[in-house]
Amino acid sequence: MGTQKKGASRGSEDPVELARVPLQAILLADSFTTKFRPITLERPKVLLPLVNVPMINYTLAWLESAGIEEVFVFCCAHSKQVIDYLESSEWFAQPNFTVTTIESHNSVSAGDALRLIYERNVINGDFVLISGDTVSNMSLTQVLQEHKERRKKDSNAVMTVVIKRSKPSQITHQSRLGTDELFMAIDPNTKQLLYYEDKADHAKGSIYLDKLLLADNPSITLHNDKQDCHIDICSPEVLSLFTDNFDYQHLRRHFLKGLLVDDIMGYKIFTHEIHSSYAARIDNFRSYDTISKDIIQRWTYPLVPDVKFFGNSSIKLERQGMYRASEIGQSRSAQIGPFTVIGSGTKIGNTTKISNSVIGEGCSIGSNVSIEGSYIWDNVTIEDGCKLRHAIVCDGVIVKSGAVLEPGVVLSFKVVVGQQFIVPSYSKVSLLQQPTKQDSDEELEYADNSGGIAEISSITHTVGKLNGEITNQPFETQCWPTSELGTGGAGYVWSICEGGHDEEWRHSVAPIPADKLSEAIHAADDDLELTQDGRSLPPSGELKPDSNDSEYDDDGESRDDSIYFEKEVEATFLRAVHENITVDHVILEVNSLRLSYNKVAADCAGGLFYSLMKLALETPHDSASELVQATTNVLAKWKKLLKYYLAEIDEEIEVILKLEEICESTKEFAPVFDKILYQLYDLEVIQEEAILRWDDEKKDADESDKVFVKQAEKFIQWLREASEEEEEEEEENDEE
Amino acid sequence: MADVQGLVNDFATKLSKRKVEGSRETARMTAELLRTIISQQKMTSSTNHAAVLIDTVRGVGRRLIDANPVELAVGNIVRRVLHIIREEEFSLQAGELTLSSQGSEREIDEEDDKLFLSSAATSQRILRPTSLATLLGSKPDMPPACHPSASRNHDIEGKADKSPSSLTLKRHIMEAVNDLIEDIKTCHEQIADQAVELIHQNEVVLTLGHSRTVKKFLCAAKEKKRSFQVVVAEGAPKYLGHVLAKGLAAKGLQTTVIADSSVFAMISRVNMVVVGVHAVMANGGVIAPVGMNMVALAARKHAVPFVVVAGTHKLCPLYPNNPEVLLNDMRCPSELLSFGEFSDCMDFSIGSKAPLLHVLNPAFDYVPPELVSLFVTDTGGHTPSFIYRLISEFYSADDLALQQKLLPESEHSNSI
Repeated sequence: MGTQKKGASRGSEDPVELARVPLQAILLADSFTTKFRPITLERPKVLLPLVNVPMINYTLAWLESAGIEEVFVFCCAHSKQVIDYLESSEWFAQPNFTVTTIESHNSVSAGDALRLIYERNVINGDFVLISGDTVSNMSLTQVLQEHKERRKKDSNAVMTVVIKRSKPSQITHQSRLGTDELFMAIDPNTKQLLYYEDKADHAKGSIYLDKLLLADNPSITLHNDKQDCHIDICSPEVLSLFTDNFDYQHLRRHFLKGLLVDDIMGYKIFTHEIHSSYAARIDNFRSYDTISKDIIQRWTYPLVPDVKFFGNSSIKLERQGMYRASEIGQSRSAQIGPFTVIGSGTKIGNTTKISNSVIGEGCSIGSNVSIEGSYIWDNVTIEDGCKLRHAIVCDGVIVKSGAVLEPGVVLSFKVVVGQQFIVPSYSKVSLLQQPTKQDSDEELEYADNSGGIAEISSITHTVGKLNGEITNQPFETQCWPTSELGTGGAGYVWSICEGGHDEEWRHSVAPIPADKLSEAIHAADDDLELTQDGRSLPPSGELKPDSNDSEYDDDGESRDDSIYFEKEVEATFLRAVHENITVDHVILEVNSLRLSYNKVAADCAGGLFYSLMKLALETPHDSASELVQATTNVLAKWKKLLKYYLAEIDEEIEVILKLEEICESTKEFAPVFDKILYQLYDLEVIQEEAILRWDDEKKDADESDKVFVKQAEKFIQWLREASEEEEEEEEENDEE
Repeated sequence: MADVQGLVNDFATKLSKRKVEGSRETARMTAELLRTIISQQKMTSSTNHAAVLIDTVRGVGRRLIDANPVELAVGNIVRRVLHIIREEEFSLQAGELTLSSQGSEREIDEEDDKLFLSSAATSQRILRPTSLATLLGSKPDMPPACHPSASRNHDIEGKADKSPSSLTLKRHIMEAVNDLIEDIKTCHEQIADQAVELIHQNEVVLTLGHSRTVKKFLCAAKEKKRSFQVVVAEGAPKYLGHVLAKGLAAKGLQTTVIADSSVFAMISRVNMVVVGVHAVMANGGVIAPVGMNMVALAARKHAVPFVVVAGTHKLCPLYPNNPEVLLNDMRCPSELLSFGEFSDCMDFSIGSKAPLLHVLNPAFDYVPPELVSLFVTDTGGHTPSFIYRLISEFYSADDLALQQKLLPESEHSNSI
């Protein structure tokens, strides 16, 4: 069949087209983050094995197959290791594919790296910017063509960002790649990127869009279902832009957002969405887990374990997604479950169970071991009866018999876990002491990373020493704190930095714990519920301030606000009562509240009246008449305050309605409604016109609503008669 | 040798990255590479030059097969080249021996063990010329120990006057390999030539997916003024049937595209199924693009002839139950469904279990020999039961176990 190969060689379709200018790529072999510590203290991130192959091989293999001819590998942290690895690998011996390393010791960010590359003056055309931890099988042909065509029309189109559709639920980013939710605004016609926000404030549940954005563009689409693949096609200007703006550090946070808000130079960034091909970046332990599993499930084809895309040993794919190297020693009673990779030279003992895991080369696994969802690198010894769940175990680790690794554990190189020891979940264990300077916060990282580099190099120095010691001496003589990892254990358990524990589960290799997940889902559902039940919530119900409903927005929000407003008014009033604040000051305070909550005078009146009645209710009383008396006293005292807000008839009616409401809800007030109404009239808080109008309004109401109207019937009757008399008198007077 | 090594590396990389398209192309490139290797091979020792060549080709062959075990054509060509070397050496020696008027019985006795001539292979070889002769319709009265090619036979005799140096052997081998390359290049035409005999007027022919051999075959019938209809099953998940349908329609053939799932509904109207395959196994079964078994079963149900067109380079001397044969290639699931759409079903972080949704995308089906009615190869039409004869003609039994490294000579598996 002549055509079966077609799909496999995507990306290499027209080498002639691409050959005119040698295609270049910059590969940043340093992520400039510390998410993979403590492992990255000893080995650079790009050399960490991903399904038994160092990550950088995936990136290089992809670049090579995508038709890139020249790659500049920028090495910073552990640059020696990276360069040594590349030199010993076959990457330097590839025809039509040149790999050049650029070494730097003082770069602390992607920005510094690009500035250095600019100084070297090696890039002379459009280039691909990628970091060495990206796995992809996409074809670059189309995106390069699009980029070039745009450049011809508009020289300001400096960058094309590759994006991919991700699943649209709210917990997507979190659960798949462990990254924050990403919001993008894209012009649907030109695919221009207009807005990029990856650190949206979840508490607020809102994003900020510039009004100009909407004014300048005829149409924009706002996405939160896109995933940034961290593959960029850049024009040479990008490098000079980095040089011009020496404060640009982070590729996304500074450069991309900087270009987006900068409207003086008018540089434009475009997006290219990939559909069927795969692209993702390993940002943290969770994405390490996810991408490993995607590789095992062959989404990254042809970059899968059984295809020798580069330098990996031969592995055969068996049923149910089981990958096994040819030379393994597996006991017949061992059960190796689906989606597992076993590297060559590994020995597995009796009745051991392994599922959804990756086991490296030369490991020896004892009997009765259970390994689930874990990543075990090379030359690891796991003795009998151990239990490993969702752990990352680096090279040379020894887990002594009966030890248990709970979900999320990371054991760095050559750690020894003592017998029967239980390593608590999310712990990170290393032979190296935790650096005192905790820079888990990325923002801080740039600031202190210059120090960090020195620190790293000194640490690597000590690693060498340590390793020497370990090999020279038996473990028992080492003065490891035995308490930390059980008897015979070696390594320091890193303390989790303050505030970090909460975040730990987000980036961990372990699945999200059920409670956190239900929390996340609940949070997502909460928002949903609000949109549906906003109306039916009880008025006094506890509502979150961040209810960002869409449909019943106005209703829900105002209701929400009223409750808060009333509470605030009440609090202000009570303070006034207790601290004897003068009425004028209370008015001032209530006014400021009114402004901040955007309320009208009637609301203030209602609120204040409610507080007054509550105060009256709280004064000790034995009978209804005493209650009326107390109310009268309170009303008399605060008449002036209340009156301030009763400039109009409408506001007075509001007070009556409020009174009705209070009487409805409070048993004590119910029988004395008419009396209080009379008192209000008597104290000249309410004019008779308001009462009569209220009566008129109530005429068409339900019987149930008329309870209080009936109660006050006599009084109203009297009022009407009185007014009629007055009118008559007036008429009489007129007649006279 | 350095540049040869470079060539081998280059080709192995290309193979492992799945950059060589199509088994014919792969076969041709493999043969050309082996030709270069043979021509560059220095003949140091005159006694066992053939053995040296065999070892070299074997080594290279193993590398290439390892690079892409799914593409069986590589192994086929390597084995055929090995066979050619053995054959040429044998006929050269036979020529010498004939000249010095020695009996063929004694000649075998004198064979050195190092020359890989186990008795089974020898007996096969003695049998072969007659079978090949009948196949190709050549004259049966050729001398049994001679090579079928009369001209070459003549050559050998001519050369034999000079010292039967390694050069002669090399030259003969080169010529034979050139013939092989030529065969691979022209196999489509050879197959297409038989189209008129197989496709009749006003017939309906069904095919699945896209195969260049099938396309040439159908077009050849069209060029010979046959008017017939073609039904193309689209060949999910790659839908290369669409490409074929376009190409056929451009050539003026009445073409109908159907979904793979409607093959059974259409088959009763079809007079013949013509398909291309990935490989033909030694038992007459075929490895073909997914969906082929279904088509074959439908054809069997309605007693429609199921014709496989395949060049001889697709003829694999291994049996499908051989553990060395990598029967299938699990391809990227994104050919079936978009990752973005379904990524929420493939969440690994929720719960402790693996994702509930798995997507499998095998590239090939195995169609058992019972379901195949006829093979149309560049050497003519054969039934599945005849494939073993073709195999014994093109391959020598010693080369079957190409991948078993460091196997002692005596343990050569003669059990086909």
